[in-house]
Amino acid sequence: MSLLWILAVLFGVLVLVRLANITQLSSQLAEEDEEAEQDRDNRFNAWMLVGFLWIGLALMVYMMIGYQHFLLPVSASEHGVALDELMNINWIILFIVFFITQILLFSFAFKYRYNKNRRAFFYHDNNKIEVIWTVIPAIVLLVLVFTGLKEWNRITDSQNQTDGMKIQIYGKQFDWTARYSGKDNKLGASSFRKITDNNPLGVDSLDVASVDDKITREMHFPVGIPIDVQINSRDVLHSFYLPHFRVQMNAVPGMNTRFYFKPTITTAKMREITGNPKFDYVLLCNKICGVAHYNMQMKIVVDEPDDFRKWLKKEKLVFEKAASAPVAAPSSATPAAMETTSGKSDKKAVTALN
Amino acid sequence: MEVNQHIHAQDTVHHDAHGHGHDHDHEHETNFWTKYVFSTDHKMISKQFLITAIIMAFLAMGMSMIFRLQLAWPDTKFAFLESILGKWGKDGKLDPGFYLGLVTIHGTIMVFFVLTGGLSGTFSNLLIPLQVGARDMASGVLNMLSYWFFFVSCVIMTISLFLTGGPASGGWTIYPPLSALPQAISGSGLGMTLWLVSMVMFIASALLGGINYVSTIINLRTVGMSMTRLPLTIWAFFITAILGILSFPVLFAAALLLVFDRSFGTSFYLSDIFIDGAPLDHLGGSPILFQHLFWFLGHPEVYIVLLPALGLASEVIAVNSRKPIFGYKAMIGSMLVIAFLSFIVWGHHMFITGMNPFLGSVFVFTTLLVAIPSAVKVFNYLTTLWRGNLQFTPQMLFAIGLVSFFITGGLTGIILGDSALDINVHDTYFVVAHFHIVMGSSAIFGMFAGVYHWFPRLYGRMMNKKLGYIHFWMTVVSVYGVFFPMHFLGLGGLPRRYYANTAYEGFHEMVNVNGLITVFALLGGLAQLIFAFNFFYSIWKGKKAVQNPWKSNTLEWTAPVEHLHGNWPGPIPTVHRWPYDYGKPGAKEDFIMQTIPYSETPESNIPGDEH
Repeated sequence: MSLLWILAVLFGVLVLVRLANITQLSSQLAEEDEEAEQDRDNRFNAWMLVGFLWIGLALMVYMMIGYQHFLLPVSASEHGVALDELMNINWIILFIVFFITQILLFSFAFKYRYNKNRRAFFYHDNNKIEVIWTVIPAIVLLVLVFTGLKEWNRITDSQNQTDGMKIQIYGKQFDWTARYSGKDNKLGASSFRKITDNNPLGVDSLDVASVDDKITREMHFPVGIPIDVQINSRDVLHSFYLPHFRVQMNAVPGMNTRFYFKPTITTAKMREITGNPKFDYVLLCNKICGVAHYNMQMKIVVDEPDDFRKWLKKEKLVFEKAASAPVAAPSSATPAAMETTSGKSDKKAVTALN
Repeated sequence: MEVNQHIHAQDTVHHDAHGHGHDHDHEHETNFWTKYVFSTDHKMISKQFLITAIIMAFLAMGMSMIFRLQLAWPDTKFAFLESILGKWGKDGKLDPGFYLGLVTIHGTIMVFFVLTGGLSGTFSNLLIPLQVGARDMASGVLNMLSYWFFFVSCVIMTISLFLTGGPASGGWTIYPPLSALPQAISGSGLGMTLWLVSMVMFIASALLGGINYVSTIINLRTVGMSMTRLPLTIWAFFITAILGILSFPVLFAAALLLVFDRSFGTSFYLSDIFIDGAPLDHLGGSPILFQHLFWFLGHPEVYIVLLPALGLASEVIAVNSRKPIFGYKAMIGSMLVIAFLSFIVWGHHMFITGMNPFLGSVFVFTTLLVAIPSAVKVFNYLTTLWRGNLQFTPQMLFAIGLVSFFITGGLTGIILGDSALDINVHDTYFVVAHFHIVMGSSAIFGMFAGVYHWFPRLYGRMMNKKLGYIHFWMTVVSVYGVFFPMHFLGLGGLPRRYYANTAYEGFHEMVNVNGLITVFALLGGLAQLIFAFNFFYSIWKGKKAVQNPWKSNTLEWTAPVEHLHGNWPGPIPTVHRWPYDYGKPGAKEDFIMQTIPYSETPESNIPGDEH
């Protein structure tokens, strides 16, 4: 087998040597024809360039139509829809520039190929033109910057994002764990020093807020309710990436990062939209984190609020002892309601724990 | 050496002193070791850089072929993998950890050793003395050291591939904590240590080189070579060297702190970590700090890679269009603006890493500003081609390819530079497509253009043109074939650095595209073999070059084809005009070399020409 490879390589080299020799000899034999040869090469390459341009553009357009199904379906979050619109506006502008400049580049190359009877136009400066093509891109870019920043500020505006359901997502090599904050809508304190086999998130059992927290291996969102995710990692960097929701934020050890968004399409509805009965949302790790990085994912489900409540009810509390206590019954309220009903029951739950 | 510097100093004052002085300078024409190995001659050092970089590039390209096979056919077993990779390719399956190692070292080699060391090292060394009219670099010894640090650095990086635990495998950006904790990935053990040692050597090499380039350009220009008569190549190398001098020390600092965290228990980048069943003692550090330091180098690095390529392309396009470059001063100005901006945009790599979103908005603004000087450069290239008289030599084709990639990749950069849009494409294949086109392919095309154009200057022989055309066409088709479809994968949400795309059901149908990409990658690899053959064959068997094969204006073509130490046998030529008098109306030929005074060309002088 390896002998075959060696032979193939030798054969390839031989072919190249012959080819190099022949082209060189032919040009040496007819030294006076060098100009004619360069003319031939110029013509050949000029046609190749213009062919490359148009065939390339045709293939590109073909791909843009034929590869549509690789693109993500309609965004399943509110801000994602706005982002997709922004993306489309950007694409339109970029494609106009792309087509104009590439067509000019290759067409000029074709049109002004060498002709020994002609001289190039000695033209090397025009400040007016330079100013024009500095100012026009500057204006277009400013428009793009400001439309982009408007969305960015809206997405990251933490001061006006106080109504979300608080969920923690916790990454480690190589899986994700979610923690729901329960009816007080407050995540209990946690520390990496408190991590044990039974307490993989290192939740502080003495913190009142942690009593009604629940740990889950899937992430469910109630449709139409804003979600306020706190993102953490216990070992290396990970990234909380929900492509279908246009959500991404890194998980950084030693730091809380967050992302606030509102899911708008349930899993069932998205299955209809994509025409794929097996479709599921997914959380992917999108920051290189080790050997099984490619397989670090979590199933995401968007439910109707009722189904969400039923699901959450069945999930286990952080501290199992409390799970058997009657007072720590899971919440049946939506987050808005949670905020107002917390307080009294918390105290009882703590006594149950102790 | 002192003698030599003394001669330099004299040359700038009296031109004829040197010819005499040089003949007695016999110490330079001695044995094999001083000529080929410990050479202080910039032309030899240039060749050393080029050949080392070509070897490293093939190594890194070979790695990419292996992981492309894995990505295209994740379920297929390739028996040959076990024979070349041993335990990393057991039963013909690539090991997932080694996959990450390959990705990491591929990136490191390509970015640092090929496109920084190889590109600047080769062409700054070759062209700075020859184009500004100097006998050699300001310091030949530092120049030699610069190559030897580079060489040792390449050797160490290559050795790290053969370690039991594998090479560094946290990505070429080596973000801690992954790169700091051997518990997290085996490549972060000795492999990462060697990576850091190698990189420190590399930084030393880049600094020695950069200091030399800057001082040579400032101090050793020949009579008449004012800054505004420098070819754009020299301007590009000058600005690149300054970028390197200002930014590489920051990478050194980042690496040093990482060494402290890894080996001495400090907590610059580490905090709140629980791994291997135990909490670590590190407290109070921030992984984000590393990212700030890394990208403070990392973004200027993009232009350290790109600017020399653009400089080479400017020269090649002007020569082969037989027309002056359009907007010479605007070209210099835009390079200066790009260089300045490159220092205040690093945060666009960190929009979603936990950096304060407001800081993110500032970086959006500065980042998109870079598009303006870049657009000016593209328009200037287009106008240079307009009504030119274009010779399609292989180098001209590569330069046109560079402009095409610069446009394509630059435009997708506008999406990535917009923090809001970056949320969903950050770290996906969209990014891979973007930077491989705008930085990787553009820069390597600039390098190819340089090699074809200055090969006669390097080796006194011509490369085979026909093979050059085959090389160009196969490469340009495969670059677009490989990287264009990747945009769709990225927009489809496919993360980069995944060993296999099979884990999520939604990505299954992308396998076919991955197959297509790999086929183009193999085609591109084949094309590079043709280039390598052409390169090495032409060194010994190429057609003998004439004095000025491309009818260029610049000074390097006035030096004799046969190399000699000191570049010019007689006095250093004097410069009388800018380097772009191509196709000047009234002139006898369509080019007037920089050494020809205006007094000899009354027929073509125009008002405003100095006399």
